Amino acid sequence: MKFGAPDRRLESALLTHTNLTLVDWLIMLLYFVFVLGIGFALKRYMKTSKDFFQAGRALPAWICGLAFISANLGAQEVIGMGASGAKYGIATSHFYWIGAIPAMIFVGIFMMPFYYGSKARSVPEFLRLRFDEKTRALNACSFAVMTVFSSGISMYAMARLIQTLHVFDYIFLSAGLPLGYIFHFSIILSAIIVLGYIFLGGLTSAIYNEVLQFFLIIAGFLPLVLIGLKSVGGWSGLKASLPQAYTHSWQGMAHANTNPLGVEVFGLAMGLGFVLSFGYWCTDFLVIQTAMATDTQENARRVPLIAAIPKMFFPFLVILPGLLAIGAATPKITSVEHKDASGAIIRETTVPTEAEAKGQGLVPAKTDPLSGKIVLDASGKPLLDYDLAIPSMLLHYFPTGILGLGLTALLASFMSGMAGNVTAFNTVWTYDLYQSYIHKGGTDKHYLAMGRWATVGGILLSMATAYAATGFNNIMDTLQLVFSFVNAPLFATFLLGMFWKRATGNGAFIGLVSGTVAAVMHHGMTLPVEAHIGLHGGWITILHHYPSDMAQNFWTAIWAFSTNFVVTIVVSLFGTPKPESELVGLVHSLTPKPELGHLPWWRRPEALAVVLLVMVVGLNIIFR
Amino acid sequence: MNLDLRIPMGLMFTLVGLILTVYGIVTQGSVIYARSLGINANLDWGLVLLVFGGAMFILGRRGQRRAEKEPVKLAESGTVRRGH
Repeated sequence: MKFGAPDRRLESALLTHTNLTLVDWLIMLLYFVFVLGIGFALKRYMKTSKDFFQAGRALPAWICGLAFISANLGAQEVIGMGASGAKYGIATSHFYWIGAIPAMIFVGIFMMPFYYGSKARSVPEFLRLRFDEKTRALNACSFAVMTVFSSGISMYAMARLIQTLHVFDYIFLSAGLPLGYIFHFSIILSAIIVLGYIFLGGLTSAIYNEVLQFFLIIAGFLPLVLIGLKSVGGWSGLKASLPQAYTHSWQGMAHANTNPLGVEVFGLAMGLGFVLSFGYWCTDFLVIQTAMATDTQENARRVPLIAAIPKMFFPFLVILPGLLAIGAATPKITSVEHKDASGAIIRETTVPTEAEAKGQGLVPAKTDPLSGKIVLDASGKPLLDYDLAIPSMLLHYFPTGILGLGLTALLASFMSGMAGNVTAFNTVWTYDLYQSYIHKGGTDKHYLAMGRWATVGGILLSMATAYAATGFNNIMDTLQLVFSFVNAPLFATFLLGMFWKRATGNGAFIGLVSGTVAAVMHHGMTLPVEAHIGLHGGWITILHHYPSDMAQNFWTAIWAFSTNFVVTIVVSLFGTPKPESELVGLVHSLTPKPELGHLPWWRRPEALAVVLLVMVVGLNIIFR
Repeated sequence: MNLDLRIPMGLMFTLVGLILTVYGIVTQGSVIYARSLGINANLDWGLVLLVFGGAMFILGRRGQRRAEKEPVKLAESGTVRRGH
């Protein structure tokens, strides 16, 4: 996610559009009050470390289900998916229909019994039970570092957006404070709010607030989609105003050169649909923690399935605004006439800025943060600033009042992304690092206190990351690249661990490390076309050119996964596996099947899974 | 958990709905609605949120009351049963 320093022209452009009034801030304030209020209301229930880290394992399935997708609904999701929608069209929905739903069904049906049933309190702890201490340590350390950085990235992106949209400018101006403080104020405000509600109410509070944020995002974005659709003349009007490839997700997928993503169908299905999405939804403790907070194993299995229903329709909420932004008419000089109270006719003229006028639809052109000039591509056409697709939609269509609601929804999405990372961090730090390697055998009260302080530490580290991001331009891209190296091979370890009883600890550890090495090597030896050597790859030597960044990314994941898979098997075959008695509840073939005889067939998780599959195939057919 | 989430959530959406509805009524016919294609987005969406928030709140209160009536749940009805 990139938000360059707001330039003067864009600033003045948005300033004229962002006329927030008291009612907008009132809605924002109300939200902050409720978020913290929920934390305070939950404080008295936080008696043990289990209450704090695992929500007492007592939450209803629907709440955890909505939190399951909301934890992932951070900055990347809302701003990034809108941006991709504007850039690539409805094909972006592959990230949902191929890249999420099948994996969510798989984790619910096949993997949750092992996570929930093994009594592990976190995903790294599962790895210790299944494999050994070093595999857990490796996973716990890399995971803890990633969560802190991710939360910092969310924080930075949020502060930049608040600055660019001038949310607090009026308040600062009237208080006589310099506008330069808004960035710091935004960082501190989000830190205090997220810290406040997690410190008080732990995972329960994070989950409750994620559900609140889920509904808020719908409440803020649904009217935007409705008004946007009306303005372009409905779905058929939108189709008519866009190139054909924009409204079809499968057209031209047979070859990388004939579709906007620059990916061919195998890379898409294997890279995104299998390796990346299963790696994320099935192993990332950030989302798994919400499913593990339910009261029963059956409900834990239902959580990802319940989550898949709204997830399936989220493209209409976050991708469609991007399409609408591109399809809308590019701002021109307009004037509105109206009569004021005395009967005088008043004419208001709106002149779009250069960035707006040179953009496409409501997506403004990109401007250089230093020179303030429009950035042009090699052929002299202005580049578009896709990240502003959704924010400029909000500013364009929402009058004051509901605009406050829309902006609050945007802020809520950033906070829910942060909160999920912070609770995952405090659990993994306390259980998998502190309790295991630093201070064994402490009292439960001690670990509860540790969890609270780990929350403070996690937030402080996030703030440090956010400030580091202001100093180094590329830090966010670099971090996300490093995350992808670490995450890509993960799923092979879990797949073999859960479904092959011969897999050993040494195999898993060496496999994981070589998978990450394979990802790094692949990245170093390939380059997308038209990219410069460096952060985009090719820093060892160039053996292959990919048609797009996305194709390279998918293939890096495929290499990492396959390497891990093969190496784990080979190393395991040379070692002695754990005795079968130790693997009950951890490996599929040695675990009794969950008995569902007391449930009618239509209430079983499997029935829901089939319905979901039918629905997702249906959506792909409709938008083919 | 002893706090039904639907209660605070319902309350929040009711209040947001109320603010938008009142603001929408006060500003009816104002130029600010030129942006939203002449639709009074505040009034319309405020009413929707009012209904949603109210329904959540009522459901939450009902759920809370039911939970208080039977404080001890019999061996959670959804647990995995094996054997028999």
